[in-house]
Amino acid sequence: MQVRGSDHRRRRRRWFQDKRRPRFLSTVTRDRAGWSRVFDEGQPNRPILLQGHERSLTQIKFNAEGDLLFSCSKDHIMNVWFSHNGERLGTYDGHNGTVWTIDIDSQSRFLVSGSADNQLRLWNVSNGKCLYVWEFPTAVKRVAFSDDDEKVVCITEQRMGHQGAIRVFRLNRDGDGTDQSLEPEYMFHPVGSKATVCAFTYTPNVILTGHESGKVALFDVTSGTEILNNERAHMDSVTDLQLSGDRTYFVTSSKDKTARLHDTKTLRVLKTYSTETPLNSAALAPNKPYVLLGGGQEAMQVTTTSARQGKFETRFWHMVFEEEVGRVKGHFGPVNTIAVHPAGTCFASGSEDGFVRVHHFEESYFRGKPYGDLEIDD
Amino acid sequence: MTVPNGTPHLNLDDELDLSDIEAKYHVALDDSLDNVIVVDGVPVIDRSKLDKLLTKISKEFTKKGAALKPESIFVPWDNALGKSKGYIFVDAGSADAATYAINAMHGHPFDLKHTFLVNRFSDIEQYGNMDETYVEPKMEEFHSKEHLRAWLADAQGRDQYVTYRGDDVEIHWHGKPSQCEVAYTKKNWTELYASWSPLGTYFATLFRQGVRLWGGPSWEPRQRFAHPLVKLIDFSPCENYLVTWSHDPITVSPTLPQGPEYFSPEDEGNNIAVWDVKSGQLLRTFPTSLFESEDPSVKKQMQWPAFKWSADDKYVARVTPGQQISVYELPSMGLHDKKSLKIEGVFDFEWCPHGDKDRDDSDKVAKTDKPKKARENMLAYWTPEVANQPARVTLLEFPSRRILRQKNLFNVTECKLYWQNHGDFLCVKVDRHTKTKKSIFCNLEIFPVREKDFPVEVVELKDTVTDFSWEPKGERFAIVSSSDPNLGNPAPGITIKTDISFYQLDRTKNDFRLLRTLASRTSNTIRWSPRGRHVVLATVGSSTKSELEFWDLDFNSEERREGQTAEWGTGIQQLGSADHYGVTDVEWDPSGRYLATSASAWRHTLENGYAIWDFRGQELEKHVLDRFKQFIWRPRPRTLLTKEQQRQIRRNLKEYSRTFDEEDAVEESNVSAELIAHRKRLVDEWNAWRVRCRRDIADEKGGKGKRPEHVGGEEAKEVIEEWIDEVIEQIEEVVE
Repeated sequence: MQVRGSDHRRRRRRWFQDKRRPRFLSTVTRDRAGWSRVFDEGQPNRPILLQGHERSLTQIKFNAEGDLLFSCSKDHIMNVWFSHNGERLGTYDGHNGTVWTIDIDSQSRFLVSGSADNQLRLWNVSNGKCLYVWEFPTAVKRVAFSDDDEKVVCITEQRMGHQGAIRVFRLNRDGDGTDQSLEPEYMFHPVGSKATVCAFTYTPNVILTGHESGKVALFDVTSGTEILNNERAHMDSVTDLQLSGDRTYFVTSSKDKTARLHDTKTLRVLKTYSTETPLNSAALAPNKPYVLLGGGQEAMQVTTTSARQGKFETRFWHMVFEEEVGRVKGHFGPVNTIAVHPAGTCFASGSEDGFVRVHHFEESYFRGKPYGDLEIDD
Repeated sequence: MTVPNGTPHLNLDDELDLSDIEAKYHVALDDSLDNVIVVDGVPVIDRSKLDKLLTKISKEFTKKGAALKPESIFVPWDNALGKSKGYIFVDAGSADAATYAINAMHGHPFDLKHTFLVNRFSDIEQYGNMDETYVEPKMEEFHSKEHLRAWLADAQGRDQYVTYRGDDVEIHWHGKPSQCEVAYTKKNWTELYASWSPLGTYFATLFRQGVRLWGGPSWEPRQRFAHPLVKLIDFSPCENYLVTWSHDPITVSPTLPQGPEYFSPEDEGNNIAVWDVKSGQLLRTFPTSLFESEDPSVKKQMQWPAFKWSADDKYVARVTPGQQISVYELPSMGLHDKKSLKIEGVFDFEWCPHGDKDRDDSDKVAKTDKPKKARENMLAYWTPEVANQPARVTLLEFPSRRILRQKNLFNVTECKLYWQNHGDFLCVKVDRHTKTKKSIFCNLEIFPVREKDFPVEVVELKDTVTDFSWEPKGERFAIVSSSDPNLGNPAPGITIKTDISFYQLDRTKNDFRLLRTLASRTSNTIRWSPRGRHVVLATVGSSTKSELEFWDLDFNSEERREGQTAEWGTGIQQLGSADHYGVTDVEWDPSGRYLATSASAWRHTLENGYAIWDFRGQELEKHVLDRFKQFIWRPRPRTLLTKEQQRQIRRNLKEYSRTFDEEDAVEESNVSAELIAHRKRLVDEWNAWRVRCRRDIADEKGGKGKRPEHVGGEEAKEVIEEWIDEVIEQIEEVVE
């Protein structure tokens, strides 16, 4: 991990030494060491602009406590930030291509990342050291930890004559983490349309996948068989898949301009959120019945359109009523990825424009009851 | 090889079904007797004269071009008398030759006493064997059809509109928010676009095969016009006739059904067809341009509508630029007076529309046959400058062809004719150039048509006028003018700055005076409410601006009625402004209460859809719909109420509005109750599902999983405040 500026180093040390993991309230407003955070001092819940990437964001993730925000981008770099003030904690250097995907275990100990340099890497979160590298014939498009942190699933792309593959690795969590087995525990090639996104379900050894054709499926990784699928879940490529806290339902976004809420067990579509723009990401807001959607005109067309027509806002939809509640503006490129704080206190969006915006919800967000006194189960 | 019904390749040789191939290559043997003709009226002769007769007959036939050999003639004999029977059979060789021979020889005088009567053998056979018993034709049972104007009788007084999105065509009711609903929907109802007839009676959709009209509350097919590959249609103002145009010239294939509803061989090669809407019959077809342009490299865009209708549907006219205006009478579609109006250099013309008063007059005339004449049709045309002759605008009465007024104009680049919709005024927008021809300015020549001798009023402007619009039924007009240097060379991303000006007829001086100018806008489109008074200014077709401004021109009209004369131009008030991104079309509903704006996928693919606003600019509905193409309000016909009845209603408006207000209040409470119940139901469903889910997961998991359970925001938070002092600058100063 590279840390610039002595102040950062001091804080980093304290943060990791202190088991209680204190939350910081920084009054620093000056930009130090060339890395900037932009926010208005007077605003209690300022949007924070994280400018640490030079190219478009591919995925952002909060850790389980939500104090850290991890981001990866096409500029080969991964960053970790304090979510409350947007200060950059450090970077994870080593990948030699677009970092497509990232995931953190529930203890914030290990980080896995998948990249276009055909590598899957395991990192030590606290010191930025690369612990292990798996090398594949094609790029890694998606990684995800299992519920119990024991396993990692990854999707490699179908390209250059190589079939797309889904591999599941068992992590050796003992020791410093460098002693990993090269071979995956399970590996299979899903037939048909290639998989774009995946995640573990609450059932061990069962994963959820989203496909380029719009299919959503459940796979048993031990045998590689498709347990269940919904071929018509979407009409176009599935771009993101995020599960609810207990993994019983999940939201998918798609290029077909809709996001949908599915039942994990039956893959039944519970709700549909139709927008007017291709969607790149969808996230669920914990403790509130909202779904956050992000997207925009295709990246290719962005230079020919103004920010207004590009629809680069993050949209809030009511999860149950399927109504749009509001929008948050700010980006000037399509929103590629959205993540919500696990406690539901803030959300972050990463965009094609290279910025991550962290928005802390205002008090009124928690107090307000725009739909009256209806108790909605999370 | 394809196998029928997908049967496997078994016993291929035995079961090979060749019947389809046989049917395809079957050669039809001509075993009919169409080639045989019967010639009656031949002299009765005996055998000695036979050869001579046959030679003579074949010579007569050959003379008329129907070559014939004596051998192909068969002469039946009355053996008892030894004489011929006076008729002969001739084998003409083929059916075509037989037809030719019949046409040439029927009624041919053979000699003084004998005239040939030639018939087809098959005809004689057919009519000889005809069953001559009279069968009474069956009376077709009467089916009452739905009323075409049923929608006007809607209890809630709603208007309709049609939307076309993707392949779906939907007809909606539009009224108060709770009364909006889909009236009818149909997939693939049209292949090109949809259209209403001008009075809203019919709904027209276009298919490859032609146009279909639909109507009535259940949208039954009403009429069809078989014009293959039709692209453009235009109804006459009273919707009695329809003009269709197809880019592909008409071809008549022999398999096409025949009849007055279909094209016949003489229509071949034409592009434009005129139809009678009620009967569905074809009236006449025309080529796209009457005279081929001398210079084929100059491809002029076809003007549409190519045919312009007079307001009463009596005449239809088209212009041949530079030469003439041809006026056709209806319903015969014959050229009026058998000659066109030859006008050297004529460029464009417009018929004068009829106002309510004109219609009342003509109705009265029709009923009472009084000598008082209804207003005659009138048309205006203009001719550009040629050689020493000035440009000229002419008002012509029709059918008398009397020139009512002519005005000479100089330095004219272009003229446009704008009639006020009741035919009270004609405005000629004249684009004039300076002597050097470098800059263009604009004159508005206004003809008050209802006044004696048409005293022309001129409004001179310094800028270029890009749009002009009369207030419906009114004495006001609005113009869009611009002095933007970018005008005329449109480039993407450039929005031209414009000024909007309103003018009104000053009754005391009888001239048009400026009411107000709204400077430096971007609006390029003026849309008057069909009832007048309200106007919307819109910026259409720009990629960056899409503003809508709602204006009221009689804002303090209530006060004015109380006696005091309002100051000039004080009644103009902006009611609201709005924005519809990417708007391509702006249209008022026929009642002037609502405005619809739409962004059509035909123009661009960004944020297609439509929105409906009230006249103050409040958004009522907005739908962003992918692949949205078309939005059209259903027009309404002229009111059936007399002037007196209308006045009555206006007087008792307070009475009516009270009941309406009550209805509104009741409805409002209903709606919100319904919505709340709906939400409650959704939440209950969701919560029930969540409970089931939890139970499932508890069974399955059995308490596994290491992920820490999140307990709200209960955990202790420690706030560490850090103060960082930063030395920015150190200055040493010597203090004395």
